[in-house]
Amino acid sequence: MSSAITARGPIVEARAIHKHFGHLHVLKGVDLVVAEKELVFLIGPSGSGKSTLLRCLNRLEDPTSGSVTVDGIDMLDPRTDINKARQRIGMVFQSFNLYPHMTALGNVMLALRKVLGMGRAEAEAKARAALDRVHLADRADHYPLQLSGGQQQRVAIARAIALEPRVMLFDEPTSALDPELVGGVLAVMRELREDGMTMVVVSHEMGFAKAAADRVVFMADGAIVEEGKPAEIFADPRHARTRAFISQIERH
Amino acid sequence: MTNWDRFVDSFFNARVMAQYLPKIIEGFGLTVVLALCIIAAGLALGLLLAVVRAFGIRPLNWLIIFTVDLFRALPPLVIIVLLFFGLPNAGVELSGFVASWLALTLVLMAFAEEIFWAGITSVPKGQWEAARSTGLGFVQTLGYVVLPQALRITIPPLTNRTIAITKGTALASVVAVPDILGAANAGVSFSFNPSPLTLGAIAYLVLFLPVVVLGRWIETRFAWKR
Repeated sequence: MSSAITARGPIVEARAIHKHFGHLHVLKGVDLVVAEKELVFLIGPSGSGKSTLLRCLNRLEDPTSGSVTVDGIDMLDPRTDINKARQRIGMVFQSFNLYPHMTALGNVMLALRKVLGMGRAEAEAKARAALDRVHLADRADHYPLQLSGGQQQRVAIARAIALEPRVMLFDEPTSALDPELVGGVLAVMRELREDGMTMVVVSHEMGFAKAAADRVVFMADGAIVEEGKPAEIFADPRHARTRAFISQIERH
Repeated sequence: MTNWDRFVDSFFNARVMAQYLPKIIEGFGLTVVLALCIIAAGLALGLLLAVVRAFGIRPLNWLIIFTVDLFRALPPLVIIVLLFFGLPNAGVELSGFVASWLALTLVLMAFAEEIFWAGITSVPKGQWEAARSTGLGFVQTLGYVVLPQALRITIPPLTNRTIAITKGTALASVVAVPDILGAANAGVSFSFNPSPLTLGAIAYLVLFLPVVVLGRWIETRFAWKR
């Protein structure tokens, strides 16, 4: 019995997710349950469907079939106010996707003002606090193009956490970064983890997975091949597919 | 009379010019009003159509694309003549001014829609996704995130197109509107001397040269920061 999970209750519960893109069957009945304060790492070769799975959780992609519940909200119910539901799910993208016409502060403030309906002063205080959490308080008035990739990604994290989400989704947050900038982003993610944020991370940062993840899920060809504690998956994978993938990744 | 004297007498006849200057100035005022009306209505309608098109309602989009292609394909003069000489047969009488305004507005609307639409589609998908993932709705995302970026890149082509179409106000003279060219033509007919046309050309330069220079300035300004 998964007592740990039932005790804290799952934040994310995705069941039997199928996703077709035309003739491509990219998710073939995936189940993913994430408990509160858990950090789950999704790994797997490119094209295995891990990013698509992540995007099904906040319905940036509509699953073809299956069910997704986040923080008790049925995400696929047409009666669900998807914009309201998404306030509880922060997302960070590989390419940062900051709004180039707004300062760092403006990027963080937009949803606070327009989604949560905060006044300017309140939103600004909140946004500055969020930027402080990612150690960029002194860059509040910079435009994205004036920031390094690592700083941009940290602003993107601030933009998401300012809304106080119940779960954060990271879609390859460090893949577009120069190696020397990865550390700063991972440090912020680790602090989030220590503050008890529930996180689902698609990434190839195996060092970070070993150090910080509660669970590693290995996907291939649109299905979950195996999952377990990082130590089990990395040191003693049961499946040949997992073994091959991990040895390939670790060689780099 | 030498050839040079004849040339000066034909195109720079001071007496004729002085006589028709007031008419040209009136025409200048009319051209400015017509141009401003076309720019305001054409750009507003173009933006409106592009925004409606962003909603992706299939039948509506087919209608928009059809309309826009129609007015991009038809020569503006043909539209003016159709509205002015054709519509009365259907019981709708338009003044020359209104017919010209409507025709050029529709043409500017069509080109502006295509330019605005190109701007909207050039904004990366990730911008939509990032905004939507924070809970912003479709309209909010369009308004706060996508359009500001789209408008920025559309400004240079839009300025060019607006100048090109606004110069078409000269076509209004065909349907008896006393704009700059209309006033100049009338002056030529009455005085048997083309000097009013010289005045007309100068009036167009006074009107459009600053606009062209402004367009160039806007273009460099907005091209460089991105």
